[in-house]
Amino acid sequence: MPSSEVAVRAEALVKTYGSTRALDGVDLEIPTGQVLGLLGPNGAGKTTTVRILTTLLRPDSGRAWVAGHDVLADPDAVRRSIGLSGQYAAVDENLTALENLYMVGRLYGKSRADSRARARELVDRFDLTEAADRPSKGYSGGMRRRLDLAGALVASPSVVVLDEPTTGLDPRGRLDTWEVIGELVTAGTTVLLTTQYLEEADQLANSMMVIDRGKVIASGTADQLKREVGGERLEIVATDAADLPAVRTALAEVGSGEPTVDEHLRKVEVHVDAGSKALMEALRRLDSQDIAVHDAALHRPTLDDVFLSLTGHVAEQEPEEPADKKGKRAKKKGASA
Amino acid sequence: MTTLAQGLSHGGVITWRNLTNVRRNPELLLAATLQPIMFVLLFAFVFGGSMGGGQPEVYREFLMGGIFAQTVAFNSAYTTIGMANDLQKGIIDRFRSLPMSRAAVLFGRTAADLAVTGVGLVVMSLCGLLVGWRIESSFGEAVLGFAVLFLFGFAMSWIGALIGMAAGSVEVAQSAGFIWMFPVTFISSAFVPQTSLPQPLKAFADWNPVTAIANASRELFGNPMSPPIPNIPEPHGWPVENAALYSIICSVTIIAVFAPLAVAKYRKVASK
Ligand SMILES: Nc1ncnc2c1ncn2[C@@H]1O[C@H](COP(=O)(O)OP(=O)(O)O)[C@@H](O)[C@H]1O
Ligand SMILES: [Mg+2]
Repeated sequence: MPSSEVAVRAEALVKTYGSTRALDGVDLEIPTGQVLGLLGPNGAGKTTTVRILTTLLRPDSGRAWVAGHDVLADPDAVRRSIGLSGQYAAVDENLTALENLYMVGRLYGKSRADSRARARELVDRFDLTEAADRPSKGYSGGMRRRLDLAGALVASPSVVVLDEPTTGLDPRGRLDTWEVIGELVTAGTTVLLTTQYLEEADQLANSMMVIDRGKVIASGTADQLKREVGGERLEIVATDAADLPAVRTALAEVGSGEPTVDEHLRKVEVHVDAGSKALMEALRRLDSQDIAVHDAALHRPTLDDVFLSLTGHVAEQEPEEPADKKGKRAKKKGASA
Repeated sequence: MTTLAQGLSHGGVITWRNLTNVRRNPELLLAATLQPIMFVLLFAFVFGGSMGGGQPEVYREFLMGGIFAQTVAFNSAYTTIGMANDLQKGIIDRFRSLPMSRAAVLFGRTAADLAVTGVGLVVMSLCGLLVGWRIESSFGEAVLGFAVLFLFGFAMSWIGALIGMAAGSVEVAQSAGFIWMFPVTFISSAFVPQTSLPQPLKAFADWNPVTAIANASRELFGNPMSPPIPNIPEPHGWPVENAALYSIICSVTIIAVFAPLAVAKYRKVASK
């Protein structure tokens, strides 16, 4: 049994589907009030982990506790302490936003008046006020996603689980969602968040865990992982090949480590710690020497880079949603996007 | 709150959700009422002449009990489709992640379908009045007659729920939900007296719950138990003489067997 300092804990979770080992011995632990980013490509086992921790799925073996309750022995207590926003919006499309949230409130055991008040509050907070009385059928993908996220927060749960909360959102929607997650953290909520984007986990999570084919292949803070991958790279392409030595000198000064020079492409590259600062500094130095720059770019490591350096192979993307039932949901999602 | 009170409250919320769905998609009601209307008109006017022994109005009075029985039996098919639909929708994951009774989703489904069937019965009664059907019994008997019909509709809904969850997809549910309804409603006393059927269909019809419901509503509404066809004897036997009692036994047995099966099945599909 985990202590109250640990909000979520899983030990050796295994789940197989036929010959597919969706989870192959996953351990995880989230200290109370912290955010864990579960990072992995399609088919890695993120949703399976989420479904086990939220009592929707029983593992073949392994144990898990959420908010002090055993997921297998006391699922109802777990359900009372969590809020889930799954990979696909779990909203009733014939109900309005207010009705959806009211229904969830009632099912958590709130009174009619409390459910109504909470629904109104969340609709306003998630920017759905104008659409609040229209059936959610007509909502955009982003609005549905927000409504679903609001549904997870109706009972102000101490643990919130979000499965790819920003997949399919536009940049604005992504920022809004990040802001909400930030507010949750400020309020002391423990969050488990899955994502395919390193940048997202970096922004939101105290620590992250990378999974591939049902196994944890790395875990730590964002900085630890990025360091493992080699952090950001600054790239400058000179207009004139004669300037390459000067560009090389400038990059050696702002970067960490030895720059590499590609004579053919007139490109110089270097690892940097503080990316944008280094970029500005490099450009200022080159400008003061009247060196013309053809192109300058900052490359942040992506999940692909992490994968490449951790596993030596590129992340194998599963074809999205092979199963029949999921296929229909994916189609529905596509139509609403 | 006790577990039972909580379960009922959750069931009520789900019923409200399902009825709101019906309200926003009234075409669902159309299917539930148009089909029985069609049956009333077809049977009353196509078979009324030949089956009525020269008294088509008597056949029509006889027919309505059968149409009522068929209408409530078909409730099962609507639950099958509704359940398969629900399982495919994203909202079911929300329900599963909430601290609510597992039976509430099923109870909310069957209760809402019963309400829709109630609308069907009202439409059907009006339609019956138009073709000459009348309630000839006392007020109390008439109320009991409708109660027997509702109880059977509710019972059939639980069989439908089980089929809907086993179907795996809405497409399969759409045919699986209806296909078995036809033999079950036609090999009965719904449209012809069971004594006119050849053996072994007659033996099946004698004990078929649909026969019991049709006969019970005829008895309780004061309608003829068989049309006056020459050479076709009046039906006899315990199930006919105790139609109301037998129909209640049938409904209660179906609920006692299929409600726990449906709840167990829901638990299973809910954690796959
Ligand atoms: N219901 C299922 N039936 C068969 N295979 C499944 C099912 N759910 C998941 N899988 C498989 O398990 C693996 C992990 O899936 P999932 O947890 O959904 O990954 P992710 O959420 O990281 O994309 C994949 O190979 C997927 O195809
Ligand atoms: Mg997933």
